[in-house]
Amino acid sequence: MLKSIGKRVLQTLVVLFCVSLLIFILLRIIPGDAITTMMGEHANAETIERLTKEMNLDKPFYVQFASYLRDICTGNFGSSYTLNKPVTELISAAFPNTVMLAVFAALIAWVIGMVCGIIAAVRKDGILDRLFMGFSLLGVSIPVFMVAMLLQYLVGYRLHWVDISGVKNWTGFILPAIALGWNSAGSIARLTRSTLVEVLQEDYIDTAKAKGLGQGAVLLLHALRNAMLPVITMMALQISSLLSGAVITETIFSINGVGRLAVDAITSRDIPLLQGTVLFTTVIVIVGNLIADCLYTVLDPRIRKGA
Amino acid sequence: MEEKLLEINHLKSYFFTRKGVSPAVDDVSLAVPKGKIVGIVGESGCGKSMTAKSIMDLLKYPGRIVEGEILLDGKDLTKLSARERRRVRGEDVSMIFQEPMTSLNPVVKVGKQVREAILTHQKVDRAEAKRRVLEVFRQVGISEPEKRYECYPHELSGGLRQRVMIAMAMVCRPKLMIADEPTTALDVTIEAQILKLIKTLCETTGMSCLLISHNLGVIAQMCDYVYVMYAGKIVEQGDVFTLFDHPRHPYTQGLLASIIHLDEQRERLSTIPGMVPNLMHLPEGCAFCNRCGQAMDCCRTKKPELYDLGGGHAFRCFLPGESEASHA
Ligand SMILES: Nc1ncnc2c1ncn2[C@@H]1O[C@H](COP(=O)(O)OP(=O)(O)OP(=O)(O)O)[C@@H](O)[C@H]1O
Ligand SMILES: [Mg+2]
Repeated sequence: MLKSIGKRVLQTLVVLFCVSLLIFILLRIIPGDAITTMMGEHANAETIERLTKEMNLDKPFYVQFASYLRDICTGNFGSSYTLNKPVTELISAAFPNTVMLAVFAALIAWVIGMVCGIIAAVRKDGILDRLFMGFSLLGVSIPVFMVAMLLQYLVGYRLHWVDISGVKNWTGFILPAIALGWNSAGSIARLTRSTLVEVLQEDYIDTAKAKGLGQGAVLLLHALRNAMLPVITMMALQISSLLSGAVITETIFSINGVGRLAVDAITSRDIPLLQGTVLFTTVIVIVGNLIADCLYTVLDPRIRKGA
Repeated sequence: MEEKLLEINHLKSYFFTRKGVSPAVDDVSLAVPKGKIVGIVGESGCGKSMTAKSIMDLLKYPGRIVEGEILLDGKDLTKLSARERRRVRGEDVSMIFQEPMTSLNPVVKVGKQVREAILTHQKVDRAEAKRRVLEVFRQVGISEPEKRYECYPHELSGGLRQRVMIAMAMVCRPKLMIADEPTTALDVTIEAQILKLIKTLCETTGMSCLLISHNLGVIAQMCDYVYVMYAGKIVEQGDVFTLFDHPRHPYTQGLLASIIHLDEQRERLSTIPGMVPNLMHLPEGCAFCNRCGQAMDCCRTKKPELYDLGGGHAFRCFLPGESEASHA
């Protein structure tokens, strides 16, 4: 098992390298020249030349890439052009907010989604099943920005249940987290329900019941462990959609998070900042996938051998 | 007569589907005496598994027991509360399933799955439970029990998995073991070993066994008493010698005729013509009338009752009464 996990970690490193190369290339082929963006239209030729040298922009591509790699390995992402602060500092200031939002949203999505899925599967075709599946269908069909604006309008503006003028403490995260998590909760609930319904038909569930186990034990010890496998895969995939949803949610609810930082960076062509946020988000997604893979390996003995 | 361990009286288990009611088990009565092996034989879809699942209370929606009693040691299982019923499962009655490949949970070690049966019913600690599992593993002929204990199902062969299933069914020393086609999925040599194992276990522990099979050879070799099932009903019953030597129901006769006798030289294998009827569209009269070579007019309109021939031998047919009268 350790061997296959080690192998996955190595693969992840390779992926990380490729991704950083990709980001590097992408950010250099988008229209607009870094120096003009940085200095404004009216910079004089001398300054431009000096900066070009300083930033290695006159060197060949691979030299630029090498120094970029060296920089990111040492945690040096450069300074933001527009905010004049080190990118690392900006990201680490925004990161806790994004974490709060993502964790809240993931909690809503995964805990509520799974619980609803399980109840729906066990009470298949019952009232709760219909109710939960209706809600999850809404969740998966309405786009995140729409949910966000509707919630903001209804719950915040009309009902005044929560304060929507920016986030002051953790309660401020409730609405954004619902907006962000509902969609994922819907998919998780539907997937949990369908895999669990399928698993409950399996022969080994009969075996477990024939042993005299109660319904709860059958569900916990035998059904869920098998039904969880595809759900975990989906959760890993959702990390990226949660993060991209965070970009929208953070903007709508004015939360100072990494997503909003990225949006600002794009609109102001702040390449170091953009590079930093994109790289950072990518790392999180990749690490999330790695964790899911490892979990999968722990949960499913059939994979341990094959990998 | 011997003391009965299990007695089923007029059991009806129906499936209520959208397309109609499917009488998978239709007025079945049978008895399993203490320490004996009783067989149920019949073609695919005749309701053998559903009879077994009714005893285990494992019928799935939309199927349920409509009426009838299932007496275990005189106690009606259908009247027990869910809790009491669960106690009976695994402790008094256990079951082995048809498919060893899918009957074990793929993500739990087999030793643990067997140990769970003990921990569910008996107040023993894990170490003691494990010790008992290893003992049963040895008893059912699993070599290197310590090593197998730690295996996952996919690491074992079909025969070994079925041995694990038998170990699981045995480990609480039940009074009755239901074996639903325990060897259908296995190859012939393994089949012989597993059957021998079941027979030995019954003889040495005094356990009774309800053995389900579609294979008359298996039934002949294993059972003391046989029930022949067709379209949800028992069509003939008797002790194994009477039934094989003097089958009375045309269906039983057909089944016996279709066994290959290696010593006989025959051009073609004898088969029963036609197909098993759909349970939802059974003929008005005898369910077998459309395939029966000896069907008479009354067979198409009236349902035959069980006709007792004495000595425990009975069959569901009009032939003895009306036929002998009308053929004369
Ligand atoms: N879910 C279901 N819905 C409707 N009818 C069902 C359902 N499950 C089983 N049945 C009915 O029960 C009948 C008996 O099935 P059963 O599994 O007992 O057959 P069997 O004798 O065990 O056959 P086999 O030898 O193939 O195992 C089937 O013919 C079918 O009509
Ligand atoms: Mg069957």
